[in-house]
Amino acid sequence: MSQNGKPKVATTSLAGCFGCHMSLLDIDDRILKLVELVDFDKSPVDDIKEFTGRCAVGLIEGGCCNEENVRVLRDFRAHCDILIAVGDCATMGGIPALRNNIPLQECYDEAYRNGPTVYNPSGRIPDDPELPLLLNRVYPIQEVVKIDYFLPGCPPPADTLWAALTALLGNQPVQLPYGLLKYD
Amino acid sequence: MSATVEFTIDGKEIPAQPGQTILEAAQQAGVYIPRLCWCKGLVPHGSCRVCTVLVNGRPQAACTQPVAPGVVVENNTEKVTALRRNIIEMLFVEGNHFCMFCEKSGNCELQALAYRFGITAPKYPYLFPQRDVDASHPDVLLDRNRCILCGRCVRASRDVDGKHVFDFVGRGPHKRIAVNAAARLAETDLKVADKAVEVCPVGAILKKRVGYAVPVGQRQYDQQPIGSDIEAAPAGGR
Ligand code: SF4
Ligand code: SF4
Ligand code: FES
Repeated sequence: MSQNGKPKVATTSLAGCFGCHMSLLDIDDRILKLVELVDFDKSPVDDIKEFTGRCAVGLIEGGCCNEENVRVLRDFRAHCDILIAVGDCATMGGIPALRNNIPLQECYDEAYRNGPTVYNPSGRIPDDPELPLLLNRVYPIQEVVKIDYFLPGCPPPADTLWAALTALLGNQPVQLPYGLLKYD
Repeated sequence: MSATVEFTIDGKEIPAQPGQTILEAAQQAGVYIPRLCWCKGLVPHGSCRVCTVLVNGRPQAACTQPVAPGVVVENNTEKVTALRRNIIEMLFVEGNHFCMFCEKSGNCELQALAYRFGITAPKYPYLFPQRDVDASHPDVLLDRNRCILCGRCVRASRDVDGKHVFDFVGRGPHKRIAVNAAARLAETDLKVADKAVEVCPVGAILKKRVGYAVPVGQRQYDQQPIGSDIEAAPAGGR
């Protein structure tokens, strides 16, 4: 909780495209109500990079495609009372998971050596220690940490995010009416 | 009409004709029993088990089980729904279902059942199996990533089209839908107007060049859950 007594919300995008965060902004003027209800902690919304304290809700966009995603996800689990998987990538891997039945080496070769638009005379695959290592495949986040709620969709509609957030902040269970549960 | 058989589904009296299946009798009485491999006009296959009901306490496939006088059928109960949810969830993790770009999305019976049951994510780990796509046919795409092995195309091609274009090969996790040709769909006599193309409940058999024609919001299951048309029809109306 913040010093002003408001619950805190943290958000992140792992192996996602930020589309789910765009959908959150798509709640339009309700965003003014949202900032009355909550404070944002670690989130691209306010550019806070590390947690400043305990959060009521963590929203996770994207699955885990590299070791950095796993580290951030575990950090969210440690700091948030409720973790919500937002979007299909978090829930089932999404578009990045299209690589899941292609061997990792083939993915590297296509991206850095053989792809039609690649110019890389040395043939070297980027290996700077700063770069997080790719996992063997993309993991839905519930296969890495415990997740409390799932809001699928690509992205989930703004109304779905709003319905879930307001329910949770009002201590109600998340119940989505037909039409707000979508996989596309 | 011949003599009627009376039985109950979730306590409601259902009139039926002898020889009808529980699923048919229920449907006629405005009771929806979820189903996937069953398809109007095809012989029932009894393989997906989504239509499972408890008949006097025993699990039976409603699409193949004939009606019998006085039996007590459980359909829309917590226990039965839990069984069906599990089947739907398994079908999702066993295939590669990327609804976000699937042409069938919004019109897909598997997805619609998941929506009806309120499944936000399967409880099982995803398998991401290796499956093939056969895009050789000029007018029809076969994407095995989305095939749920319901056998509708097999029965439609054999019994309605009289062609035997599709059949199953392999067993257990290796079972897959195959085409009756040395290699590819293009070498079969499948035509785009065949019943086999029309009946696929998912996006495994698709007509080419007609995808995404209907805008989001107006697709078959965008507003109304699957089965609500049956529930809304007056008893005996269908
Ligand atoms: S076939 Fe149905 S469930 Fe599978 S990806 Fe397409 S819309 Fe989704
Ligand atoms: S291709 Fe379609 S109709 Fe044929 S078995 Fe697979 S899911 Fe069923
Ligand atoms: S619909 Fe009855 S078993 Fe598939």
